Amino acid sequence: MQVIKDIWKQKNFMFKLGVVMCLAWVFIAVFASVLAPFDPVKDQDMLIRFQPPGGEHFFGTDSLGRDVFSRVLYGSRVSLSAGVVTVLVSFGVGILFGGIAGYTGGLVDDVMMRISEMIQSFPPLILAMVIAAALGPNISNSILAMAIIWWPNYARLTRSIVISVKENDYITASRLMGASHLRILFKEILPNSLGSMIVMATLDLGNAILMFSGLSFLGLGVQPPLAEWGAMVSDGVLNFNYWWIATFPGLAIFTVAIGANFVGDGLRDFLDPRMRRRA
Amino acid sequence: MEKLLEVKNLNVDFVNRDDTVRVISNLSFSLGKSEVLGIVGESGSGKSVTSLSIMRLLNEASARVRGTISFGGTDLLTLSEREMQAVRGNQIAMIFQEPMTSLNPIQTCGRQIMEPLLLHNQISKKEAADKALRLLELCGIPDAKNRFHEYPHQMSGGMRQRVMIAIALACSPKLLIADEPTTALDVTIQAQILELMKDIRKKNDMSIIMITHDLGIISDFCDRVLIMYTGEIFEAATVKQLFRDPLHPYTQGLLQALPRISRQTDRLEAIEGMVPDAGQMPKGCHFHPRCKYAQERCKKERPELKELPDGRCVRCFRV
Repeated sequence: MQVIKDIWKQKNFMFKLGVVMCLAWVFIAVFASVLAPFDPVKDQDMLIRFQPPGGEHFFGTDSLGRDVFSRVLYGSRVSLSAGVVTVLVSFGVGILFGGIAGYTGGLVDDVMMRISEMIQSFPPLILAMVIAAALGPNISNSILAMAIIWWPNYARLTRSIVISVKENDYITASRLMGASHLRILFKEILPNSLGSMIVMATLDLGNAILMFSGLSFLGLGVQPPLAEWGAMVSDGVLNFNYWWIATFPGLAIFTVAIGANFVGDGLRDFLDPRMRRRA
Repeated sequence: MEKLLEVKNLNVDFVNRDDTVRVISNLSFSLGKSEVLGIVGESGSGKSVTSLSIMRLLNEASARVRGTISFGGTDLLTLSEREMQAVRGNQIAMIFQEPMTSLNPIQTCGRQIMEPLLLHNQISKKEAADKALRLLELCGIPDAKNRFHEYPHQMSGGMRQRVMIAIALACSPKLLIADEPTTALDVTIQAQILELMKDIRKKNDMSIIMITHDLGIISDFCDRVLIMYTGEIFEAATVKQLFRDPLHPYTQGLLQALPRISRQTDRLEAIEGMVPDAGQMPKGCHFHPRCKYAQERCKKERPELKELPDGRCVRCFRV
């Protein structure tokens, strides 16, 4: 609790804005059924398709006459969880993998990095398609597929940071104290490497949501008619004359990504005491 | 005097794919309880490698360490890594040159002093924090209560070195290795830190190995001195003997290179030439290309370390 208080005490407006934005989206995702005026799937009405924003439908209606506003609210459930889970899983796996490779060095490092390169050498979407198709097209399998292709990015970044951090004198100093390798890796090196990784993770959140929508578009993620932001954007691209269909889910992705980014920036500043602003 | 540390025939080779380079050859010395031993030498003479081999912190893939380093009766070189971890920071502690970079930037200083206490003792965090605070006070940090919660970047170099010393002293080690502890500090702070170390040495009754290239510190601080050159001991003597009557031409050169207040000179004395590269040691005595007394014999044969009746050792044919 104290930590949360300390983080909040920073004089950093952007960070607070980011927290508010993210919390707002989480709130919307949880209470979508209460907040949405229409059912995102069932309330179809071919008589009112392509209505511009205004009146009963804040964000207008799409090609099947469904309320875009309600669909954006409901879409946050799938999109947010897909993005967050993908990034968290790849973050966790990548940090462990890259940390061990970078700290151990030598042959272990070589072997581990070649493995991650094997995954990276595939075009990401194709590999994700293969994995998702092999496991069966549903939401959790698509998330798993994305995590599998995503973690090498974190592993590589972690490894390169760990290699530079481990040369610091304070690492030698803590070995002199009698700390074990595991302790040095987890208590000295990784905390000192976390800053850039958190920024990358928060930047990646938007990418992950978009990529997930790509899989959905190909029929491997979310199956229509379920609401999902990425799928809605691509739906809007097909109906280009009706700008609201793509714009509002697009704005939703944008606000989540930028909010997460502000949070990430603030967290990085907090993790580095030299950057911490005194309250 | 009871011996705490005894190094015998220590050889260290740096190995890479193509060749091996000997950086420490046949080094033997001992250190008594609560004795202060100075090790002096130019850069590249193997001072730091010696201390790192005692701590077993040389990279085992690239450095081959042979010989025995017996500490309180056990040979450190035969211990497993886990056993060695119990020795480091607990029985042997080390402080080194760079106080600016030797502390973890994202942990408070107090927390870092607690670290070795928690690692080596079965005590609660509360107890460790109390002890750490007392250590900070012992090391002469004013306003220790507040400093405890500060981060390294909020402190000056001298303060950080005090924190380093506090960390090193946390578990009351029997041996402290100080690798140029004051080189990065300015002269007044240097004097304070040395004073502090003297104090603590008396209080804790511990032995110190002081590695430096500052002869002033040696004369002020140490009981005995080793003069090292190219990984070998050139002269070993008590401080009094060494400063009154240096025997080895290299030692004489070092002492002459010191500026004196009492003497008016335009140029400082210097030893001609450079320390030879570890890969291309001259034949014979390693010092002969720079020695003004060098004879034909010095170019061909290597002098052994001779022990004299008064207990000092010198590696030179002239003695």
